[in-house]
Amino acid sequence: MKRPTWIQIDRRPSPSPRVVFGISLLAIVAALVVAGIFFQAYGVSAFRAYGDILRGALGSKLGITETVRRMIPLLVIGIGLAVAFRALFWNIGAEGQLLIGAIAASGIALFSGIPGPLMIPAMFVGGFLAGALWGAVPAILKARLGINDVITTLMLNYVAIYIVEWLIHGPWKGPTMRGFAYSDPFPSAAVLPVIAGTRIHWPTLMLGLLAAVIAFIWVTRTRQGFEIRVVGENPDAARYSGISQAKITILAMVVSGGLAGVAGVGEVAGIHHMLLSPTHISMGYGYTAIIVAWLARRNPLAVIATSFLFGVIMRGGDVIKVSLGLPFQLVNVFNGLILFFLIGSEILMRYRIRIGRRVEA
Amino acid sequence: MAADAVVPHAVELKGVVKRFPGVLANDHVDLAVRRGEIHCLLGENGAGKTTLMRILYGLYQPDEGELLLNGEAVRISSPKAALAHRIGMVHQHFHLVPTLSVEENIVLGLSEGTGPFLRPRRTREKINRLAGEYGLQVDPTAKVWQLSVGQQQRVEILKALYRDADILIMDEPTSVLTPQEVEALFGTLRTLVDDGLTIIFITHKLDEVMEVSDRVTVLRKGKAIATVDTSAMTKAELAKMMVGRDVVFRIEKEATERGDRILAVVDLHARNDRGLPALRGVSFELFSGEILGIAGVSGNGQHELSEVLTGLRRATHGTAMLETFDLAGCSARQIADLGVAHVPTERIRMGTVPTMSIRENLILKSYRSPEFRRWIFLDEKAATRSASDAMREYQISAPNDGTAAKNLSGGNIQRLVLARELCGSPRFVVAAHPTYGLDVGATEQIRQVLLDQRKRGAGILLISEDLDEIVQLSDRILVLFDGQVMGIVDAADADLEEIGLMMAGSHRREVAA
Repeated sequence: MKRPTWIQIDRRPSPSPRVVFGISLLAIVAALVVAGIFFQAYGVSAFRAYGDILRGALGSKLGITETVRRMIPLLVIGIGLAVAFRALFWNIGAEGQLLIGAIAASGIALFSGIPGPLMIPAMFVGGFLAGALWGAVPAILKARLGINDVITTLMLNYVAIYIVEWLIHGPWKGPTMRGFAYSDPFPSAAVLPVIAGTRIHWPTLMLGLLAAVIAFIWVTRTRQGFEIRVVGENPDAARYSGISQAKITILAMVVSGGLAGVAGVGEVAGIHHMLLSPTHISMGYGYTAIIVAWLARRNPLAVIATSFLFGVIMRGGDVIKVSLGLPFQLVNVFNGLILFFLIGSEILMRYRIRIGRRVEA
Repeated sequence: MAADAVVPHAVELKGVVKRFPGVLANDHVDLAVRRGEIHCLLGENGAGKTTLMRILYGLYQPDEGELLLNGEAVRISSPKAALAHRIGMVHQHFHLVPTLSVEENIVLGLSEGTGPFLRPRRTREKINRLAGEYGLQVDPTAKVWQLSVGQQQRVEILKALYRDADILIMDEPTSVLTPQEVEALFGTLRTLVDDGLTIIFITHKLDEVMEVSDRVTVLRKGKAIATVDTSAMTKAELAKMMVGRDVVFRIEKEATERGDRILAVVDLHARNDRGLPALRGVSFELFSGEILGIAGVSGNGQHELSEVLTGLRRATHGTAMLETFDLAGCSARQIADLGVAHVPTERIRMGTVPTMSIRENLILKSYRSPEFRRWIFLDEKAATRSASDAMREYQISAPNDGTAAKNLSGGNIQRLVLARELCGSPRFVVAAHPTYGLDVGATEQIRQVLLDQRKRGAGILLISEDLDEIVQLSDRILVLFDGQVMGIVDAADADLEEIGLMMAGSHRREVAA
């Protein structure tokens, strides 16, 4: 008689970085497998689809530069989200913070009249401050009144979207744009330089890489970072040791919203050179960056790698649209699947599951 | 032995092994419980008592070994299967839904009657019958949150009986009760065994074993040391079996001079988390070199008192003057900076950050001090140095100072908390349940640490549900009931019965009269 198969679930002590990496990889593979079913349902071989995506994203100079172009906003936003999530604040509102940053940059570019060399720094500072302010609102609401952060940040996205719509249909509608809902184009001093022949607006990329290093050091090495981690890991212990959760929450959201605002500056000043419809400005970077930050396990340095991965995926969306005639929205399905498996895999971090036949003693 | 052969044991565990990562919780444990007896499982914390009973109740699966009920081998895969075998368990921490009524809690999860509807009348009749038979009086329509802890425990017992349990596992049932409630509980347990039930009673308190049990099995470090008739044993013999060495029951408390007054609490009022009055005019004084014990059944204001004095809760009225500072109006940070140490009730939930390292937990309050400050950074070297000192001085055993706090045993976590709180030679220490759930070794050490602080001249407010601990350590004992001071007595001539009555709400004058 064979013994029945046993499934045994045990609590795991702290998972090692190797285990965390392996589990994250597992989640991505699982998402790939399930997304493959969707490709098959469209009548496209999953292997061919993934092959095309990889070739399209990484197989040519154009592919790589477009991948990096997608990566830039994901990187900048992802770092901020990693910080907010560390502080246990669920910022689902990066999309709106990005748009508000874009508005601020556009306003400065179009109407401030700041002299040339100061224009771009002013736009970045203005975008950061505007995003920070937009992000601080739900943080203050949570800290002072205990209002749920997921709901307020999410809802503020729609407010931001409609402000942009109102501006481009109303007061900022460009007289030179022949009735299209765009603002006027930015003056040349307000256009970010790019690497020649690409759409990589390198100042934003540099800011992002710099922010990743600074945020990493900030969170892991400084006293304020220590406070952020205590608040995020155990708010009760924070209260007990006299750390103000309200202060830390607001601070983390100023940084998180501010960085999302910077990403918005990069998109309008680096790619579009005007304020235009919210869906064109962002393509959902603010939401995708949530997965970027989560896959990076809230580590700002790791965001560099995960934002690149999602750059590949978003570029892959362009590829399947062009070469396979599939909807770009499949990318959202895939992103959703990754987040689903990522959150589902959390249990594997905390528990070890062993399957097998019981060994006779 | 002959009798054993004829009447099979109600419960028999043979060679049960249960491993957790890094721990052998049960090491080939044999346990045989006769029908109709109260069988104590005695052991220190971490000895494997609760694990063993969770295996019997189907919460864990054993890695090896056999389970026999009335002589038949069984496999119990879940609590539901355990209930089908008529095994019930009353956990140390209750599993009740506070917003539901007693009867709703009792029938929760049962599928009786027809269709989706409850049958309140029949339910109530059965509850009332069981309650009457076994002295478990409780109002079936009351909401659970309105009940005292002792009443909630009765609901848990009723829950098991309602499911026709005839083997009842009680996990440390007395830790939350007044002496009088303990007596009532023991009465109930005796009635139950008279009716043929079998009770397995988990405890680490020797007095309870002596008083209530027929036989006792001693567990130590996952192994069953022996099963003996209680009447044939003395407390000291049991203690030796439990700990593996001789145990001193009285710790040496040096007489100290009572120093200056360091704290004066006057007419303190505060509300609990539900917004109801929890402290109602508490006044007392605390002197340097003194331990003032706060006795009381849990939920009578001790928790709120400790929180008000450490800045975690606002007082609604009154003052608590530490020299010229009114603690009732200070923040947690200000109070910590004044040299007040706080050993919190929930050492894991509040006193540590479980995912962070020992080193980081040790500087949870002092990370802002010049010692650990290097510009905006934390001075990791200084933190490492201070961590190694603290780990040595307080005997925190861990592979290194980078070990996450959640991987420490309860004793080591409490040593960590004490090391952190006492490092700055505080003048006022609030210690809430400092030895709760700790093994004898850790308990002895931590009590000694508190006595050392007293000798050094600190004033210590000791909150504990362990009355023996309060009596042993305190110079004076204050009894709280319903947010009011029932009386303050000298520990030297404390009368346990008198304190017990005060804990149940009699003022000292009435007691004396």
